[in-house]
Amino acid sequence: MIYKETGQFKSTYESDHSIFPLIQDKIAFNILMLVAFLVVPFFIDSYWEKAILIPFLIYSMAAIGLNILTGYCGQVSLGTGGFMAVGAFATYKIMTFFPDLNIMIIVLLSGVITAFVGILFGLPSLRIKGFYLAVATLASQFFIIWLFNKVPWFYNYSDTGQITVSERTMFGVAVTGANAPSYATYLFCLILVVVLGFAAKNMIRSKIGRSWMAIRDMDIAAEIIGVPPLKTKLSAFAISSFYIGIAGSLYFAVYLGALEVTESFDIMAISFPVLFMIIIGGLGSMLGSFLGAAFIVLLPIFLKNVMVDLIGLSAVTAKHFEITIWGLLMVVFLILEPHGLARLWSIAKEKLRKWPFPY
Amino acid sequence: MGLKKMMVGFLGSVIAIGGFLEVATADLKFPMLVYRTGAYAPNGIPNADGFVDYYKMINARDGGIGGEKIVFPECETGYKTQVGVECYEKHKENAMVFQPMSTGITYQLIPKASADGVTVYSTGYGRTSAKNGKVFKWIFNAPATYWDGASIAVRHILKQNMGNIKGKKIALVYHNSAYGKEPIRTLQVLAKKHGYKLMLLPVDHPGQEQKATWLKIRKQRPNYVLMWGWGVMNQVAIKQASSIKFPMENFIGIWWSGSENDVMPAGAGAHGYKALTFNAPGDDYQVHKDIKKYVHDKGQASGDGSHFGTVLYNRGLFQAMVQVEAARVAQKIHGTSKITPAMYRDGMENVDLNAKRMEELGFKNFAPPFKNTCENHGGSGLAAVQQWDAKAKKWNMITEYMYGDAEVVDKLIAEDSTKYAKEQKIAMRCN
Repeated sequence: MIYKETGQFKSTYESDHSIFPLIQDKIAFNILMLVAFLVVPFFIDSYWEKAILIPFLIYSMAAIGLNILTGYCGQVSLGTGGFMAVGAFATYKIMTFFPDLNIMIIVLLSGVITAFVGILFGLPSLRIKGFYLAVATLASQFFIIWLFNKVPWFYNYSDTGQITVSERTMFGVAVTGANAPSYATYLFCLILVVVLGFAAKNMIRSKIGRSWMAIRDMDIAAEIIGVPPLKTKLSAFAISSFYIGIAGSLYFAVYLGALEVTESFDIMAISFPVLFMIIIGGLGSMLGSFLGAAFIVLLPIFLKNVMVDLIGLSAVTAKHFEITIWGLLMVVFLILEPHGLARLWSIAKEKLRKWPFPY
Repeated sequence: MGLKKMMVGFLGSVIAIGGFLEVATADLKFPMLVYRTGAYAPNGIPNADGFVDYYKMINARDGGIGGEKIVFPECETGYKTQVGVECYEKHKENAMVFQPMSTGITYQLIPKASADGVTVYSTGYGRTSAKNGKVFKWIFNAPATYWDGASIAVRHILKQNMGNIKGKKIALVYHNSAYGKEPIRTLQVLAKKHGYKLMLLPVDHPGQEQKATWLKIRKQRPNYVLMWGWGVMNQVAIKQASSIKFPMENFIGIWWSGSENDVMPAGAGAHGYKALTFNAPGDDYQVHKDIKKYVHDKGQASGDGSHFGTVLYNRGLFQAMVQVEAARVAQKIHGTSKITPAMYRDGMENVDLNAKRMEELGFKNFAPPFKNTCENHGGSGLAAVQQWDAKAKKWNMITEYMYGDAEVVDKLIAEDSTKYAKEQKIAMRCN
């Protein structure tokens, strides 16, 4: 009933190829965008900003990046933390070198720098695949963190290796630093995620995305039909790292404001959680990146708030329950649907098509 | 039908609970960022218990501070920076003071709390240069800083060597984070001044893997080892040191690496291990008697009550006492019991814990006296060395409280804080 496609005829190729072919999806998405852009900024407070929405947006960005590489191109990577660190430190260095540069340009430049680093660490992927590649990217994670610890130039010789963001403005409103209003940082991240999200979606639907998927599904067959593995794999590494670099840049500049590399980009803090996001959300799915980020980032906070504020458990008991419930849910979802939350959603849509009169 | 009714009832009770919480927060709110889970729990639990027991005792004995009850919501951080941010945002409204109990979270909160107008009190941890109240209006780190600690440890070593440590090798085993890196700068400057060689040995979070670190120590044989560790890292380091037969009396930890939980697992091997401290161990002070009477004997002890009188529990008492005293001072200055966060800061800046006042509070000879001023948010900088007696299972103070190397430390603090002020465009206060 709700998802009935009857009567929706496509008379042009353009409409047939649109991102949301169903009118219901299009309406839902537009409403979501309207709410995100025109309603949320007026009601957002610093808790929703700093604890919920900004981390969600940033991790979604990182998950999109990793999904391009792992979900679409089939190259397993455990180097997300390292690449995010590159984005963050690139932002810091550019910021201190060019004090007058616009923050949007700084963030995009950080992404570009990370893309080059990604290409460099993507080179082994031409010779090794699967678990072996995962181990090779793991090396990049440890090497990059070690580098940012070892070479004081990266953190401008500060005593503790701590890097701190300074205030930057867009249209006269601060978007980084402690004085930035909640709506400004939120909109800044939202715009980047929406624009780059659309870019990713369109890349995936075009030639480059199809060649990624060809490599993922069977690299030898892809090579035989004329997909160059070198170019395809490295482009996946570059574009994936670009997204992850931007996530790292926002993580440092907008979200935390001050960080220390070992603590903030630890493999357990970034690399594994982001990989879990795309596995739980759905490998090779844009929606999955967002659902996965929500599951990993927001669910623990939700569980905690329910248990502490509503049920009145003590903080530590709630924490133990939170870890247990979260882990259980993860197992349950993976057993119910190994293809992730995105697949669950599409099954739900199938059901809604016939609801409430299934035959 | 039934479901719908239940939903309505549920929502109703949610709103009711919300309203109830609103009323409760009219008291003095001291949010607690704690970690009773994870790799740092062995140290986090006794410390948090000290806080809770002290607040409970004040509420029970005095009916709060100037008649205002203390509320102390706990928020579990697991020592993680991101969770710390979430906890801060959740509790910052009307909060008197935050005690992050993590240098990483402190660094996070310094700009945020300064912008929001919330006091941060990092007792003997956090950013050392926050001692300079001219730059860091909202941040306090009394009674001593890490740079004081580093120079006191070196002073202790100097004393043992008749003032000459030229050519000696000192190793620093440190938690590879903002916390552990904090003393490096001072130790480097002191190395130049006194002519010793400094070896830097980072240990990554969570600190369970230290085989390679101690193998290096065994090979290169430094004369002294200093340690900036926390959580399981302390236990593992002390165990490893005893297993390579490193002379324990030459192994000195910072005040966060010197609790019972850190030395107990190594058993007799830990005998002779030294650590700095700015508060005394033991459970026979007046404050302990009060806590026994008003809290423990009523069965309201925080946790299982087993940490009573341990080093970190006592430090929790001390930290809580300073925070409560600051509220009292603020009430006196502003002539009202209902103080705002801004008034509370004034109180913290004018805390004067002299020997007489300490005695009144039940802390006689518990810690060296200290005083905050507009320029100095870092207290006296006094600390002593304590040594572990594995047979008696207790810590003994083996030196008087001593000062750090002010000549070196003050210069570094001025340098670092001015740099920060310039970066963040902060105007100097207290002129």
